[in-house]
Amino acid sequence: MREKLLNMWSVLKLPLIAVLVGFLVGAVCILAAGSNPVTAYVALFKGSLASIPSIGETLYKVTPILLTGLAAAIGFRCGLFNIGGEGQYVIAAISTVAAAWYFQWMPHFILVPFLLLIGIMAGGFWGGIAGILKAKMGINEVITTIMLNWTALYLSNYLVRTVLNPATILGSTPRGHSVIVPEVARLGKLRDVIPAFGFSSVHSGIFIALGVAVVMWFLLFKTTLGYEIRGVGLNHQAAEYGGISSAKNTFLAMFISGGLAGLAGSIQMLGLVYMVNQSTELPGYGFTGLSVALVGLSHPLGCIPAALLFGILENGSRQMQLAGIPKEITAIISAVILVFVAGSLLLKYGSNWYEKQKMKKQGLKQGSPVMDATTKGVE
Amino acid sequence: MEERKVNYLLAKVVEMKKITKVFPGTIANDQVDFDLEKGEIHVLLGENGAGKTTLMNILYGLYQQTSGEIFFHGEKVDIRGPNAAIALGIGMVHQHFMLVENFTVAENIILGNEPSKWKGWKLDMEDAISRVQKVSDEFGLKVDPNAVIEDISVGLAQRVEILKALYKGAEVLILDEPTAVLTPQEIDEMGIILRKLTEEGKSIILITHKLKEVLSMSDRVTVIRRGKIVNTLKTKDTNVDELAEMMVGREVKLTSDRTEKDPGQVILSVQEMVVKDHRKLDAVKGISFEVRAGEVLAIAGVDGNGQKELVEALTGLTKTAGGKVLLCGTDITGAKPRKVIEAGVGHIPEDRHKRGLILQSTLAENLILGYHYCPPFARKGVMNYEAIYQHGKTLIEEFDVRTPNENVTAGSLSGGNQQKAIIAREFYKDPPLLIAAQPTRGLDVGAIEFVHRRLLEQRANNKAVLLVSLELDEVMNLADRIAVIYQGQIVGVIDGKDATERKLGIMMAGGTLEEADKEGGTTNEGKTS
Repeated sequence: MREKLLNMWSVLKLPLIAVLVGFLVGAVCILAAGSNPVTAYVALFKGSLASIPSIGETLYKVTPILLTGLAAAIGFRCGLFNIGGEGQYVIAAISTVAAAWYFQWMPHFILVPFLLLIGIMAGGFWGGIAGILKAKMGINEVITTIMLNWTALYLSNYLVRTVLNPATILGSTPRGHSVIVPEVARLGKLRDVIPAFGFSSVHSGIFIALGVAVVMWFLLFKTTLGYEIRGVGLNHQAAEYGGISSAKNTFLAMFISGGLAGLAGSIQMLGLVYMVNQSTELPGYGFTGLSVALVGLSHPLGCIPAALLFGILENGSRQMQLAGIPKEITAIISAVILVFVAGSLLLKYGSNWYEKQKMKKQGLKQGSPVMDATTKGVE
Repeated sequence: MEERKVNYLLAKVVEMKKITKVFPGTIANDQVDFDLEKGEIHVLLGENGAGKTTLMNILYGLYQQTSGEIFFHGEKVDIRGPNAAIALGIGMVHQHFMLVENFTVAENIILGNEPSKWKGWKLDMEDAISRVQKVSDEFGLKVDPNAVIEDISVGLAQRVEILKALYKGAEVLILDEPTAVLTPQEIDEMGIILRKLTEEGKSIILITHKLKEVLSMSDRVTVIRRGKIVNTLKTKDTNVDELAEMMVGREVKLTSDRTEKDPGQVILSVQEMVVKDHRKLDAVKGISFEVRAGEVLAIAGVDGNGQKELVEALTGLTKTAGGKVLLCGTDITGAKPRKVIEAGVGHIPEDRHKRGLILQSTLAENLILGYHYCPPFARKGVMNYEAIYQHGKTLIEEFDVRTPNENVTAGSLSGGNQQKAIIAREFYKDPPLLIAAQPTRGLDVGAIEFVHRRLLEQRANNKAVLLVSLELDEVMNLADRIAVIYQGQIVGVIDGKDATERKLGIMMAGGTLEEADKEGGTTNEGKTS
C-alpha cells in the first residue's frame, strides 16, 4: 500500500509541481505588471469556483476540452501526435448540426444518441484518414492532421454558406451561420433540473465526457485493444514481433482519437452553441486538448483534473480581468505549466538516455521523448 | 606460445594506479591498477559490464577518472580528452568503426589532419596517399589507400582503423572487442598483424570477453570482474578454464552435454526463399533447408549475410519475395506474424530491446506478448490481469528471472534476465519450432550456459530448433547440422560432428564445402581450446 502511494506520488509530483511553478511565475508577472497577485488569484478562483453557477460555467468549459484531451491522450499512447483534434471537432460539429436538422422528426431520446454517434463517426472518419495514410504509407500524422484541420474548416465554411445556410433551407436572408439545432435535439441544461446552477451553461454533456473518460481508461488498461495500442506506442517493432499489427492499431487509435474529438464537437453543438458559424480560424479545443493530455500524463483519468485546471483558468480569467488584471496572465500560467511538464518529461527522458548510454546498450530508441515518458507506468 | 625475448620488456609505457570511476548509482571501476609494458599485447578480459571499456575510455580521455592516477612513460599525465590522448601517442580502435563510408581509405585517415599545399588552400591528396601508403607498408597492413570504404571487407576496414591510429602517431593501441565482426581467418590475420606491430615497438591493449583470443594473441592478461581487478597473469601460465572461472567468479561449463538423437519428421521446410532488404536488394537469394523434430540446425555466417532478413521473413515480420515456407506441412509463406505464432513458431529475436521486449511495460505484460489475446489472459477482448500476474510469477520462478517482482519494467532488468524472460515467454508456448537468433549476444558466461541448456532441452523434447548465430563456438556446441550462409546463399551444410573452425571459416568467407574439406583437413584444431 505504502509502496503504491509512493509510486503514485512519484508519478503525480511532476504535474503538481508544474502547476505550482506555473502559478508562481504567473504571480511574478502580475507583480511586474504592478498588481497584487493575491487579489488576482482570489479573483481567478472566485470567478471559477466560488458559487454554484460559476462552478457550472467552469464545468461547461471543461466538457469539450476533457474530450479533446482524451482524444490526444489515446493518440499519445499509440505513439501518435494527433494535432488534428481541431479538424475532427469541426467536421463533427457541422455533421451534427446537419443531421440534427434533417432528423428532427426523431424522438429526443433516440435523436440525441444518434447525433452523438454521428459526431463520433464524422470525427473518427476525419482522424481515420490520417490513420490510414500513416498505417499504409507511413505519412506523418502531424502533417496530415494539420492539413485536414484546414480542409475541415473550409469545408465547414462552404457548407454553412451553401446547403446548411438558413437562406437555402428556410428561404430567409443569408446569414453567417448554419441553421440552428432544433429544440428536440438539444442536450439538457443542468439548471433546468437544479435551479441553483442559475445563469451557468453547464449541460448534461459533462456527464457524457466523464463517462467517456472512464470508458477510455478501461479500454486502454483492461482490454486487449488497449494492450495492443500501448504496445504499438511504446515499441512498434516489439509489438509486431508479438503478432500485433502496428498498421491496424495505428488506424484504430487515430479513429478513436478522432471520434473523441468529434464527440466534443457534437456535444458542444447540442449543448450550447446550436449552430456552426463561418470562421477564419480554428476553434482551439483540439489544441487545448493536447495540453490537457500532457498535463494529465496521457492517462484518461489524469485528463479529468487537467481539464478542470484549464477550465478554471479559462473561466476565472474573466473575473480576474474585472479586478483589473489582464486576463492574458492565465495564458502565461498555462504556458508555464506546459513548458514545465513537457520540459521535465524531456529531462526525465534525458536522464534515461544518459543511463542507457552509460550501460552501452544499443537499439533503445523508441517513440518520441514526450510519449515515452508520458505513457510510463501510470495506471 | 613461445616466449618472446624482448629486453625492454620491463619498461612500462602506461601505468594506471588506483583508478576509480563512479557513475551515478554504480562504481564502474574500483581501485583498478593496470599497466602496459612496451612491446606487449595485454588483454583486458571481463564480462559485459565488468568495466573494461570504461577503464580504457579513461585512458583514452573519453571519461575522467573519479580518483586515481595515470602515468605515461613514468610521468604523471592528465588526459583531458581524446586529443590529449592522441598527442601522447595513445590510439583507440572502437568496436564500431568510425569511418566515412563513401570516402577512400586515405581520405578517412587524413580526416581532421589533412596535408595541404598552396599555403593551405588545396588538399594535397598525393602527399596524403603516399604517407598513408608508407605507414601501411611499414607495418605490413596491406591496405590500398585508394580503396573506397564501402567496397572493402570488414576485416580490411578494421585495419584501416588501426592504420588511422598509427598514422596519428600512436604508440599505444587500444582495440575494443576487435574480433566481434571477423571470420576465424581474419582473426588469425589480425593476430599476425598485431604481432608485427609489437615487433615494431608498439604496445597493444586488447579488450575482449572471448577466452580463446586471449590465449592465441596475448602476452599478459588482466581479468576484471565487477569493476575490480581479479588478477594479472602471464598468458602462458594460464588456461581457458582458469580464466573463465576468474571472469565469472565461479566454475563454468563451457561445453554442453548433448545426447545422440535421431531426428524425427520435418518440421520446417524452406524452399528457394528470396527476401529483399530495406534497400529492395535481394538479401536472401533462394535458400532451401529443412529442420527436423529433435534437431538443432544452425545457420552460421558473418553478420550481414542475410541472416536477419531470413529470420524476419520466416517469422512474418518482413515480406517474402519468393519461395515457400512450410511448417509441419502447412504453407506459412508470407503469413502475418500472428499467424506464424499461431502456427507454432517461437522466436527469440536477435535484438531483445528492439523486438523482444517493450522495455517500458511491466515484466508481466511482456511475458504474455504474442498470446496476450488468448485465454486465460483475455476473454472477449477484456484482459484478466490476475491471470497475467500469476503467469508472470510462475515464469519468473520457473526460469529464474532475477527481478524484485513481475511489476517492474522490463527495461530495469539486466540483459541476461531480459533474455531469460524472453525465453520463458517463448517456451511457454511449447512451439514445435523455435527460432533463436543470436540468443546469447551480449550475455555473460553464466547466462549463456542457461540459454544453451534450454535450447538443448527443447531438442531433447523432440522440438525443432533453428539457431542463427555468429558465434562459432555456440554453433559447434549445439548444432546437429550447420548451414553456412554467405551473401544470402547457403554455401554448404555440414554435420556438427565434422565441423571445425577452419572449415566453417572458409565457408563463411564464401568457400565451398569441397574447399573447406580440402583445406580444413580432418584435424579438429579449432575445437581444442
